[in-house]
Amino acid sequence: MTLTTARPLTKKGHRRSTSARQNLFGWMFVGPFGVIFLALLVLPIGFALYLSLFQKSLIGGTRFVLFGNYLKAFTDPSFLDGVWFVIRFSLVLIPLQMAISLAIALMLDIVVTRFARFSRLMIFLPYAIPTVIGALMWGFLYSDNFGPLAEIFGFFGAAAPDFLSRGLIFYGLLNIVTWQWAGYYMIILYAALQGIDPTLYEAARIDGASQWQIIWRIKIPLVAPALLLILVFALIGTLQFFNEPKILQQLAAGAIPDDFTPNMYAYQQAFSLANYNYGAAISFALGAVVFVCVYIFLFATRKRGSFLS
Amino acid sequence: MKTRKVFAALTALAFAGVLASCTGGGGGGGGGDSASNCENEIKKPDATIVTLWAWYPNSELVVDNFNEANDDVQVCWTNVGAGGEAYDKFQTAISAGSGAPDVMMVEADRIATFQAQGALVDLKDLGYQDVKDNFSDGAWKDVSVGDGVYGAPIDGGPMGMIYRTDIFKEYGITPPTTWAELESTAQKVKDAGGPWFASFAANQPAYVTALFYQNGAEPFDYDPSKEGEIGIELNSPEIKEVLDYWAGLVEKGLVGTEDQFTPEYIAGVINGKYSTYLSAAWAPGYLQGAGVGEGADAGVWAVAPMPQWDPASPIAINWGGSAFSVSSQAKDPQAAAKVAFGVYADQASLDDGWKNQIIFPLNVNVLDSQEFLDYEVPFFSGQQANKDVYVPAANAYKGMTYTPLGQYYYSALTKQVAAINDGAVTGSQAADALQADVVKYAEEQGFTVK
Repeated sequence: MTLTTARPLTKKGHRRSTSARQNLFGWMFVGPFGVIFLALLVLPIGFALYLSLFQKSLIGGTRFVLFGNYLKAFTDPSFLDGVWFVIRFSLVLIPLQMAISLAIALMLDIVVTRFARFSRLMIFLPYAIPTVIGALMWGFLYSDNFGPLAEIFGFFGAAAPDFLSRGLIFYGLLNIVTWQWAGYYMIILYAALQGIDPTLYEAARIDGASQWQIIWRIKIPLVAPALLLILVFALIGTLQFFNEPKILQQLAAGAIPDDFTPNMYAYQQAFSLANYNYGAAISFALGAVVFVCVYIFLFATRKRGSFLS
Repeated sequence: MKTRKVFAALTALAFAGVLASCTGGGGGGGGGDSASNCENEIKKPDATIVTLWAWYPNSELVVDNFNEANDDVQVCWTNVGAGGEAYDKFQTAISAGSGAPDVMMVEADRIATFQAQGALVDLKDLGYQDVKDNFSDGAWKDVSVGDGVYGAPIDGGPMGMIYRTDIFKEYGITPPTTWAELESTAQKVKDAGGPWFASFAANQPAYVTALFYQNGAEPFDYDPSKEGEIGIELNSPEIKEVLDYWAGLVEKGLVGTEDQFTPEYIAGVINGKYSTYLSAAWAPGYLQGAGVGEGADAGVWAVAPMPQWDPASPIAINWGGSAFSVSSQAKDPQAAAKVAFGVYADQASLDDGWKNQIIFPLNVNVLDSQEFLDYEVPFFSGQQANKDVYVPAANAYKGMTYTPLGQYYYSALTKQVAAINDGAVTGSQAADALQADVVKYAEEQGFTVK
C-alpha cells in the first residue's frame, strides 16, 4: 500500500482514485488473513492478558491484582522448577540435536548416490509423524513388556533401563525429541549446504585443502546463519515443551508430575484447577522467559548471525 | 517443536470459546442447552426435556427405561466423554455461565469442587427425603458437602483383595487378613522367587487416600457453611503409618511401583507379575474389558476382604463411584432432580448394570436382594463375591470427606508417592511435605486452615 506513494505523479485526481482502489484491493487481500489473525491470535492473547491481571480463589472469588499473578509465578517453586527443567533440557538437547543434524547433513552433502536420497527421506520421516503418535510409539518402545529394550539388554545379561522412571525420564524425552526433530533440522542445513557455490570447493582444493578443511573452513561457516536459525527455533520450542511429556504422563504419571514443564503447569492451572487467570499469567511469564533467553542468545552471537537483524 | 503452535491454538480456541459464550449471553445456547443433539430418541416431545451428560456404557438403555416410564419428563442424553474429558467441558461451561447440562454424572470426589463454585443444586428439598432409605449413610456422605446433598448416588467401589489362586497355591499361602500378615506373606513369596505382592501406584491417589481412611485417618474437615474454613491433617500419625508401611514394602521390593491402568500394568497382571490386586468392586469388569481372565490366566481369580490394621475393628473403604448431580444452570431444577433420582434407579436398569458388571449399585434394594448376594461371579470362577466381600464392605462403608481442594490434593499426593517409590523420601517425610503443599494451596485459595 505504501508503494503507491512512490509512483510518479500524473494527475492528482487520478492518483487518488487509483490509490484508493489499490488500498481497497490491498485490504481485500489482507482481509481473510487479518480476520483470522485478529480473531484467533490477537484477541485471545489480549483476553488472556486481561485474565492474567485478576486473581481467582475458591473463597473470595475474583479480584483485580494487576501484576500479582506474575509476582506469584516468579516465586512459585512449581513454575521455577519447570523453567529450570526446560532450560537444562535445552542446554543438553540443542547442542546434541545440532551436532547430529549437522553431521548427517554434511555426510549427505558429500555422498551423492541413490542411497543418500533414500537415507535423507528416512531421516526426515520422523518429522512427518505427528508428535502425539511419536510419543505414544516411544512409550511402547520403552515398555518392559512390549518394547525391544528388555530383550536387547537381556541378551547381554543386563536389566533394561526404564526410560519412563523418575531418574531416566530426562533421557527418555531427550531421545524422543532428538529423533523427531533432527531430521527436520538436517533438511534445513542440507538446503543451506546445497546453496553454497561449488566453485569455492574447487578453489579450496586447488589450494590444497583437505575434505576436513573444506568442512571446517568453508561449509560450517557458510551454514552458520542456518545453524543459528534452527538454534532459535529449537530454543523457543523446547522452552515451551508440552506435547511429549503430556502424552507420556499417561504412562508415567509418577515420573511426570502436573508441573513438569511451565506449559504443563499452565494447563493444569487452567483446565484441571479451573484457574484460567493464573494459567494465563504462567503462559505470559513463560513468554517473558523465552524472550529473555532468545535475547541473551542473540546478543551473545550478534557478530556472526544476522538473520533476525 | 510444534508445541507452541498447538498450545497457542488450543488456548486460543478455549479462550475464544469462553469469550464467545460470555458475550453470547444465552443467545444460542451450547450443546448442553439444546435438546436437538440427544443421542437417544425422545418419543414424548411435549414433556419437559432435561439434558443429561453421562458415560455409563449402558446409558442409552437406562435413559430409554426412564423415558418409557415417565410422561411428564423426558431425558435428552449426551455422552461428552468419560471422566476428565467430561469434567473439563463441564468446568468450561461453569466458568462461561452457560452450556452446562441440567443433570451431570459426577464422581463423588469431584462434587465438592463443583459445589464450591456454586455449580450444583442442593437436592435436600428436591426429592432426597423420598429416596433417603434406598442408600447407606456412607453413600450419602460421599455425595454431601456439609449439610447439603449434591448428588444422587448410583454406583460405588467397595474394596477387596483380588488375588490369583494359582500363585497362592504355588507358594502355599492364604489371603492375609492384616497388613502385618500381608508383609510377611509378601516376603515369603519374594524369598521363594515369586512375583510382587501388590501395587503402590503414584497415579492412583484415590486408592492411596482410601488406604489412609482404612487406618482411621480423617485427612479433611470441610463444611461450606463455615465460610472459608477447612481442616487439613495429611501428616497425622495414621497417615504416616500407612505411608511408612508402603515405603517399607517398596524398599524391600515386595510391591510394584509402576502406574496402574496402563497397558504395561495390565500385561503384568495377565502375566502373573502381581499376586494380588487391591481394588474396587468395579475392577473385575474393568480387567475383563482389558482382556484379563481370558487366556492363560482364566479361572485363577478370587477375592478376599481387604487386610486390616486392627482386625478387631475393621474399616471398610471405597474407591470410585458416581452420582447424578443437578447443575445450577438447570432451567427446571424440580424436573432435573426427578431425573437425577429417577434415572438408573429402576430395577431393569440396575439389573442390567450389575449383571454385566458395569456398576456396583449402591441402592440397598439391590444390595439386599438374594439374587445379588448369591450371584456367582464368572470372573471369580463362580465365587459369590458380592456376599463374601463386596456387600459387607459396602454396608460398613462410612464415607469420606471431599473438599474443593481435591484435584490439587491428588496431584500433590501423586508427586509424593512417586518420591516414595523412588526412594527419595520416607513415608513420614512425604506426609509432612504433602501437608505443607496442600495447606499452602488452601491458603492461596483463601481458606482459613484450622
